[in-house]
Amino acid sequence: MGKLTLAELRELRERARAEIARRESDAGGGDVVVGLGTCGLAAGARATLDALVEELNRRGLVNVTVRQTGCMGLCHSEPTVEVRVPGMPPMIYGKVTPEVARRIVEEHIIGRSLVSDHIHDRPAPDIAAGLGAGR
Amino acid sequence: MAYSQYVLVCAGTACESCRSAEIVRRLQAGVRARGLEGSVQVVRTGCFGFCAQGPVVKVLPGDHFYAQVKPEDAEEIVEEHLAKGRPVQRLLYRAPGRAAGAAAELPFYQKQFRIVLRNCGVIDPENIREYIAREGYAGLERALFEMTPDDVIEELRKSGLRGRGGAGYPTWKKWVFSKEAPANPKYIICNADEGDPGAYMDRSTLEGDPHSILEAMAIAGRTVGAQQGYIYIRAEYPLAIRRLEIAIRQAREAGLLGRDILGSGFDFDVELRLGAGAFVCGEETALIASIEGRRGMPVPRPPYPAVRGLWGKPTVINNVETLANIPVILLKGGDWFGSIGTPTSKGTKVFALTGKVNNSGLIEVPMGTTLREIIFDIGGGIKGGRRFKAAQTGGPSGGVIPEAYLDTPIDYESLAELGSIMGSGGLIVMDEDDCIVDVNKFYLEFTVDESCGKCAPCRIGGRTMYNLLTKITEGRGSVADIEQLHAVAHAMQKASLCGLGQTAPNPVLSSLRHFGEEYRIHIKDRRCPSGRCKALVTYSILPDKCIGCTLCARRCPVNCISGERRKAHVIDATRCIKCGECYEACKFGAVLRA
Amino acid sequence: MSKVKIEINGIEFETDAGATILQAAQQVGIRVPRLCYHPDLPAWAACGICVVKVAGAGKMLRACATPVEDGMKIVTHDPEIVHVRKSVLELILSTHPNDCLRCPRNGNCELQRLAADFGIRQVRYESRVAHLPEDDSTKAVVLHPEKCVKCGRCAIVCQQMQNVWALEFVGRGEGTRLAPTGDIKLAESPCIRCGQCSAHCPVGAIYEHDETDRVWRALQNPDLHCVVQIAPSVRVAIGEAFGYEPGTVLTGKTYAALRRLGFKAVFDTNFGADLTIMEEASEFVQRFVHGRGPLPLITSCCPAWTDYMEKYAPDFIENFSTAKSPHAMLAAMAKTYYAEKMGIDPAKIYMVSIMPCTAKKFEIIRSREMFDGERPYVNVSLTTRELARMVKECGIDFVELPDEEADTILGYYTGAGTIFGATGGVMEAALRTAHYLITKRELEDVNFLPVRGLEGVKDAALTIAGREIRVAAAHSMNNIETVLDRVRASRRSGGEPAYHFIEVMACRGGCVGGGGQPYGADDEVRRRRASGIYQDDAMSTKRCSHQNPYIQKLYAEYLGAPLSPRAHALLHTHYRRRPLYAR
Repeated sequence: MGKLTLAELRELRERARAEIARRESDAGGGDVVVGLGTCGLAAGARATLDALVEELNRRGLVNVTVRQTGCMGLCHSEPTVEVRVPGMPPMIYGKVTPEVARRIVEEHIIGRSLVSDHIHDRPAPDIAAGLGAGR
Repeated sequence: MAYSQYVLVCAGTACESCRSAEIVRRLQAGVRARGLEGSVQVVRTGCFGFCAQGPVVKVLPGDHFYAQVKPEDAEEIVEEHLAKGRPVQRLLYRAPGRAAGAAAELPFYQKQFRIVLRNCGVIDPENIREYIAREGYAGLERALFEMTPDDVIEELRKSGLRGRGGAGYPTWKKWVFSKEAPANPKYIICNADEGDPGAYMDRSTLEGDPHSILEAMAIAGRTVGAQQGYIYIRAEYPLAIRRLEIAIRQAREAGLLGRDILGSGFDFDVELRLGAGAFVCGEETALIASIEGRRGMPVPRPPYPAVRGLWGKPTVINNVETLANIPVILLKGGDWFGSIGTPTSKGTKVFALTGKVNNSGLIEVPMGTTLREIIFDIGGGIKGGRRFKAAQTGGPSGGVIPEAYLDTPIDYESLAELGSIMGSGGLIVMDEDDCIVDVNKFYLEFTVDESCGKCAPCRIGGRTMYNLLTKITEGRGSVADIEQLHAVAHAMQKASLCGLGQTAPNPVLSSLRHFGEEYRIHIKDRRCPSGRCKALVTYSILPDKCIGCTLCARRCPVNCISGERRKAHVIDATRCIKCGECYEACKFGAVLRA
Repeated sequence: MSKVKIEINGIEFETDAGATILQAAQQVGIRVPRLCYHPDLPAWAACGICVVKVAGAGKMLRACATPVEDGMKIVTHDPEIVHVRKSVLELILSTHPNDCLRCPRNGNCELQRLAADFGIRQVRYESRVAHLPEDDSTKAVVLHPEKCVKCGRCAIVCQQMQNVWALEFVGRGEGTRLAPTGDIKLAESPCIRCGQCSAHCPVGAIYEHDETDRVWRALQNPDLHCVVQIAPSVRVAIGEAFGYEPGTVLTGKTYAALRRLGFKAVFDTNFGADLTIMEEASEFVQRFVHGRGPLPLITSCCPAWTDYMEKYAPDFIENFSTAKSPHAMLAAMAKTYYAEKMGIDPAKIYMVSIMPCTAKKFEIIRSREMFDGERPYVNVSLTTRELARMVKECGIDFVELPDEEADTILGYYTGAGTIFGATGGVMEAALRTAHYLITKRELEDVNFLPVRGLEGVKDAALTIAGREIRVAAAHSMNNIETVLDRVRASRRSGGEPAYHFIEVMACRGGCVGGGGQPYGADDEVRRRRASGIYQDDAMSTKRCSHQNPYIQKLYAEYLGAPLSPRAHALLHTHYRRRPLYAR
């Protein structure tokens, strides 16, 4: 990327936005995002990432992209992996060991079913606040 | 084959006890009965942390959320919702002031309250395109092409943004002072010397969204008239450093740092300066000394760095979290930001929630959220069902907050009133097993170790307080020690040179205020209620409860428990090291800790 | 200077903008208690004793470091402030040894004074004294870190005033110590032994290497002929130890005291200074008029400066005057010329020099020229402080002593010799004689005012025999590099030298502010001591070294002429590059 002008930056933003939207919708085989913050890495996210890539390659799922991101804030369930595949709700999995990573490929990406017990799903704080209000 | 619907059932301990396993069974049975097993998957999730409203059930897609579901309700959910597509209105959770409804109306994931952490866990931090795609560098665009420096300051003023490093000084004022200072050149420093034990908000932000800091620094540079920025980051953050280096390189390549940014004629560049991890270097004058290559020791203020800072020149020093807010404020406006939070404290606050809480992690909540919401609703309550004792905010500079104040809306002022501080965002939760005196010894040990040693009150006072606490935890305390603690604390608060020493007594003072009785029990009864202070604890076996299972004897690391099988055992108190293994091991409550 | 209006303890008044609260309070009769503050140094703000309340500030502010602002309302004492100060003081005392009675600073300690002022009768806090070893490796300045209160003065003096960087904060928290950088022995560090750290230390943590015992032993030895000499600046400072105002000229009483201590002969280093001028001025004429040797000529009578040059600026070795310093010249003459004239075996002569200086303790053994065979020409060099102790130790009532005269043939001095004690004095004295040597005419007005005073670098020019001489006098080592850099720049450009003659004194104010002088020197004290020196000069009947009849006699009878082979053998030395770190 060379030095941008204002117009080029704006154009790039539109392009990049479209790319991501495409990635998030139906194009391709899906998107797997591994949290590679220090908390993730400390919990073994590097091995999780390797297992995911290996398993996807082994099964020839070349159209699934594996990406990294920072800390999602769910440090108690690291390593965390977010899986977005077309036709499935986006899902965050927690405590994803290499073993669980391989299950995610097999059950979620190929089998189109969620992987029990590792789903990390929580409502927004305002709902959370209401839910907790009884205490 | 693909499922079209997913039913998520919370399977945490509390919900299990509310028969969530039975709900799963009945949901699955209902699905099978209607032949929906090909299109509906029923899965268990980890604990949502809303055990009081549990069990909770969520249906995807649609994000319909059912609370306090009973096994008998399973049938209706399957029939109405899964089979006919009609959510069961009577079971749907209604947030206060909100209609129950579909996903579009419900702000679901906590991410939606994320300003600082807006991109963390979402974008690839090593790819500038992803940052740009999410409005990255759009704030800088505005600052360069649509706003004057005064406009930027006005937006900041309206936003009410205050420094997130701890003290809460209005950010716009710092910028104005630097902008108005006549000397040149000027500098922007990002303080990334995060040092509170258990706090890692800044590290995660830098690791997850490094460009947001670069963008904010460039905006600051444009506003005050600086062309050079430094990020002072501790060397113990190698990943954050690497991501920043990549981000700086990418930003330079894209012309978003360097000469003539976006053709605006504005030059700004950023360099990293690595610190060796001294806590005191988070204090801005010590930080400056460290960047200048001197020993990291504070100097008195005034003059403030905004007027005379790095190399004696006007310098804006903002913390990572403060900076991360700025591009968003420029995009969405100061009024928008000012609408979030409390009258005195605007926006959100990121906390590193740790300690005896189920869901430890990084959270971002609007100012004014209560500790109860944070600990119980977001954090999922206390680990192992233990009783909440206190929360510590502000790390070694803050204080403990007891249960009675859990409903206080958190902002700078309310925390100060409780004898604590907002601090940088460490939030440590303690339960009944934590001894308040012992915890304070830990904090003091930290500040004593991290004191730079320059000023006498901090250098000597910290150790003196620590030794007094040690006396108390070892059963050698006297009532006079409490008076001495107060006297030293007062001298440290008033006469220490920098914030480290001035605030170091806070944990002790706030705990004396809220947990004075626990100190008195240590001193007068020579007893530690939580059993933490080994010198004050004895272990013995109640003969009528002991069945002679020998488990404790096998677990004892010093073999000081004896007894025949099936007969009551005895602890040899002279050899006991008070590790508590026997107490933890005994399944019959036969080991007495007193 | 612009003024601001402030209020201290309810008293409204105007004061200079830019003044600190501590300075302003003095105007209304408040000397805010302090420990780490020293008027020579930027406020370090460490001790926490000088805290005051300022309306609107949540915490207490340090008076030493807080500039006044217009409209500021300040309270310098109330029960809370006193309580806080007292707590801080007790904390400091809890880490300080309780052995005042055996401390070199007993009776003269700033911490002791504070404890007395605050009426400390007990220290509530548990005593925690770190037991740290003494460092006497330099045999000039002793570090005794156990007593250190971490005021930081020594390190700031060493780094900022003296630009030596031998001392630094080491460790952190309660393990913080002031120690040679890198935690090595002081003798292995770049220390130039100027002793400014000891002169600024508020307590007994840094002091001179005490050699009074050696002198007592020598005085008791019937085989030895003990002689003594006093440096120019000693006479205007020693009185402070006996209740005199700084700058009182007490030459005669000092001679008397020395005789009562048992010295067989009392000489005056000022005579040596006259001799130094003869050699150094001749050297200057050689270089300036005859082109024999590089310019500028740089004075070398300050041993801390020569040490600094050898370590930090060896590119100036050839510019140094090879003339020994006055006390070394006088000692050499005592053990040759005097010995010969008096018929005393030089081996029996025991020479003690009373100096304002700790570096002299090193100078007397610094090179082979300082030795007469195996024995150093100067056997012991004492500081002014050590002499004052010896006098007190014997119960000599200094104030009541009569004025006495020094012993000839090494005791008579001119005004030129005495002004060696103040910055610019060597330059002025040398120019008086150089003028005579070049023109063979006496100056009408011998006073050369541009090189006097406390300005850090004093540039001046004068014309002798139609040629301009550019001179500089610098003092306090942090001012030296500026001068040297100008010379280096002119060397590089190959043009005229920036200066022809440079005088350097390591200590601020010159020897009057020496590291071995009585405690409590600040610029006011230095100024008054210097004015005593110039008063001594003005009162002298002869004011140029070459006019000293005993000097003339010495050359006529013994040395021949300045720079003669014998003069070279006895009165000159050499310099060599020394490593900054000796290991």
